[in-house]
Amino acid sequence: MAAPELGLVELLRWCWRQLTSMRTALVLLLLLALAAIPGSVIPQADTNAFEVQRWKDDHPKLTPIYEKLDLFSVFDSVWFSAIYLLLVVSLVGCILPRTRVYWRALRAKPPAAPRNLARLPHHATYAASEGRDEVLAAATRVLRKRRYRVRVDEEAGSVSAENGHLREAGNLLFHLAILVVLGGFAAGSLWGFQGGVVVVQDRGFSNTITQYDDFVPGSMLQVEDLEPFRFELDSFDIEWLETGPRRGMAQKFAANLRYTEEPGGEEKEYALRVNHPLTIGDTDIFLIGHGYAPHITVRDGEGNVVKSGPAVFLPEDQASFRSFGVVKAPGADPQIGLEGLLFPTYMMIDGTPMSIFGDDRNPLISMQAYVGDLGLSEGSQSIYVLDKDKMELLDAEDGGLFRVDLCAAKVNGVENTSCEVSTVELPDGAGSVTFDDITPWVRVQISKTPGKEVALIGVILALIGLLGSLFIRPRRVWVRVRREDGETLVEVGGLERSNGGDATEEIDEIVAQLQGGRGTEKS
Amino acid sequence: MSNSAWETLSNQSVTAAGILYFLALLAHSAQWASLRKLPADETPETGQVATFGRFGLLLTGLACAAHFVALVARGYAADPNRVPWGNMYEFTLSATFMVTLAYLVLYRRYSLSWLSPWVVGLVFVTMMVAVIWLYERVAPLTEALSSPWLVIHVISAILASGVFFLAGIVSVLYLVKARVEAKQAVAERELVAAGAVGEGGVQAPVARTGIMARIPSTDALDRLSYRLHAFAFPVWTFAVLISGPIWAHYAWSRYWGWDAKEVWAFITWVVYAAYLHARATAGWKGRNAAILALVGLATLLFNFIGINYFFGGSSQHSYAQDAPATVSVVSEDAADHADAGWLLRAT
Repeated sequence: MAAPELGLVELLRWCWRQLTSMRTALVLLLLLALAAIPGSVIPQADTNAFEVQRWKDDHPKLTPIYEKLDLFSVFDSVWFSAIYLLLVVSLVGCILPRTRVYWRALRAKPPAAPRNLARLPHHATYAASEGRDEVLAAATRVLRKRRYRVRVDEEAGSVSAENGHLREAGNLLFHLAILVVLGGFAAGSLWGFQGGVVVVQDRGFSNTITQYDDFVPGSMLQVEDLEPFRFELDSFDIEWLETGPRRGMAQKFAANLRYTEEPGGEEKEYALRVNHPLTIGDTDIFLIGHGYAPHITVRDGEGNVVKSGPAVFLPEDQASFRSFGVVKAPGADPQIGLEGLLFPTYMMIDGTPMSIFGDDRNPLISMQAYVGDLGLSEGSQSIYVLDKDKMELLDAEDGGLFRVDLCAAKVNGVENTSCEVSTVELPDGAGSVTFDDITPWVRVQISKTPGKEVALIGVILALIGLLGSLFIRPRRVWVRVRREDGETLVEVGGLERSNGGDATEEIDEIVAQLQGGRGTEKS
Repeated sequence: MSNSAWETLSNQSVTAAGILYFLALLAHSAQWASLRKLPADETPETGQVATFGRFGLLLTGLACAAHFVALVARGYAADPNRVPWGNMYEFTLSATFMVTLAYLVLYRRYSLSWLSPWVVGLVFVTMMVAVIWLYERVAPLTEALSSPWLVIHVISAILASGVFFLAGIVSVLYLVKARVEAKQAVAERELVAAGAVGEGGVQAPVARTGIMARIPSTDALDRLSYRLHAFAFPVWTFAVLISGPIWAHYAWSRYWGWDAKEVWAFITWVVYAAYLHARATAGWKGRNAAILALVGLATLLFNFIGINYFFGGSSQHSYAQDAPATVSVVSEDAADHADAGWLLRAT
């Protein structure tokens, strides 16, 4: 009855040995590299959800297969996790016994000298004028000075020495540190979060989930983990380059924030810039984007204001900041929707409306107006998309194309004297639209990444361990003294225990030091 | 000096360096053409051949100096002054400089004269590729790049890449040499067999001539390749896993985001880790190790060239195009990311 059980134990033992063998570790390492490739080729939901959607629309047949294989989230997928978990197991299975061996080796004395030192890859022999004991004492002194651990065997007339124990320590440290890094990384994805929000100038943000535009929580994140800070965007500074090879580019972005760390706390100011996040508690706030929000007032047929205030327009073009946006006035009857473009520095070139600069020097909106049902009763809807299913495009009274082409009455609160028409009546007495003002918005990324310090310390330890394991050379050196024909014969032999090393030089130096007083002639 | 004067100086220095590298290549070719006929263990210290060799080395040194001037001038040409690592052209210029520098520094220590024509030739070609296809005018950095971490991150990445590249050349030579050695072994055995049958005596070993005979033994190549890799790997670790993430944290709000460039840097790290692992513990010397090292170099080069051109906009590291960062202050990707988020928001 015991046989099958033994078989199982043996099987398990065999599996464990296979898993923790060097060859398996190598294969797993290469597999890990291979498995990471799809993550760079196929768009990943975590980093680029928009691109993923586009890819799915383009490849309807492949999508279900890819989804089943988790190819849109490779780095969270079962198979990717399986590889690195196996690697971790293999790593632990490798370092545990090695630590034990190392512990023993640390306390062990250097091994006795082999019988024939001349057989070692690196050796030297010379005749000494001193006596046996003097040579042994000198050898002990020289080797100790060279940071060897030394054992003297008086009877056999030999000295055994060993150094470079730290190589294995470095090796073990490197592998342990990898576990630390993984721990830190895991903590970040379990208890951390990342969210983004657009904040228009003079508006604010409180750190609660509902205020985020997008929010990716870690699986263990609790609502209480969100720090109760709040900030307001006072102004946004930007410097546009008007000359030079990158003309039209902007730099020195700074979002001037006023913030409180907790309700009722002291109010502070911070200029949020790229590469200079604001840290509140464990949460970091980063500036990652900016754009324009035209303030558009919509009145219904009776002259009542049905919509007013800034509407966030998304930049479509990187150089000119031509932006796209929609305005929805659900309070009107019938409801009114506007959809169209914003040109920050408008100019008509060859009959084409364009924005020739990213700064808001001559802002103009050019939109189309729709009336009907905005479809808001049918659940959530993006504020950047107009659902035109039940809307009707307004044509001009003469049947031609009607456009809401308006310049801004004010630019960032300052009267825009060059603007003549900032209000237009909608056809069919549907109401009117006014372009009151234009202000900037910024997009901030807010993230909490617990464990990032742990990961950093882990990597630094790994690097230290790596340096030790690569550059410390473990060596064994033996010195044996014999009396032969009234002469003292000294034999020195060395063994390089790492590959890529060469102990010849070391042996030569030791011999030279042993011969010390008598010059450096070698045998 | 005005910025445009600095830029002109940089371009002229690149031209000068190019010409000097080419002349050095000619000198080394001449040297090797003569050396080819001599037995491999015989290297003249005087005379025409030696002069060609010294001349080649001197020209390489001068080219390296001109190369350095080109880089410095490139940095001074920008307003504000900065390190010359803002785009692909500048990265390539810096990486090739690092290869030459590493070669010159290690020349005496490892007696690298056998490596001269290969290094000089490759640096020359790579530099010309940079000038023809990658050239861009000097421009200020995008905001996310203006950080002290740029210096730390990029210098370590370039240093590691340069040394990995040099180590790759050694690995290729290893594979070629191993083939030649294997063939020679076979030929010798045949000779011995033929000699034994024919004249009943073993012929004296033929004095080896030719280019391959001058390249050190496979053992020496293997050891050199290992040492170069052992140097470059910790530097790469620092660049990719320490300074990179720290900077990414400040600039992009996450320290590791599986961006295409990060994925490939990680792949490169893993492959080279496998190489060292194999060398250190499994005793996987020689051919397999050399192949693994070349796989590592391939991933490195793919990351450098492929990601910038094939993955263009989707990587935050894509500095191949002009002025990528106007919409968002960080990169296009962030804006895309943002779009996706906004779709979720209800009115």
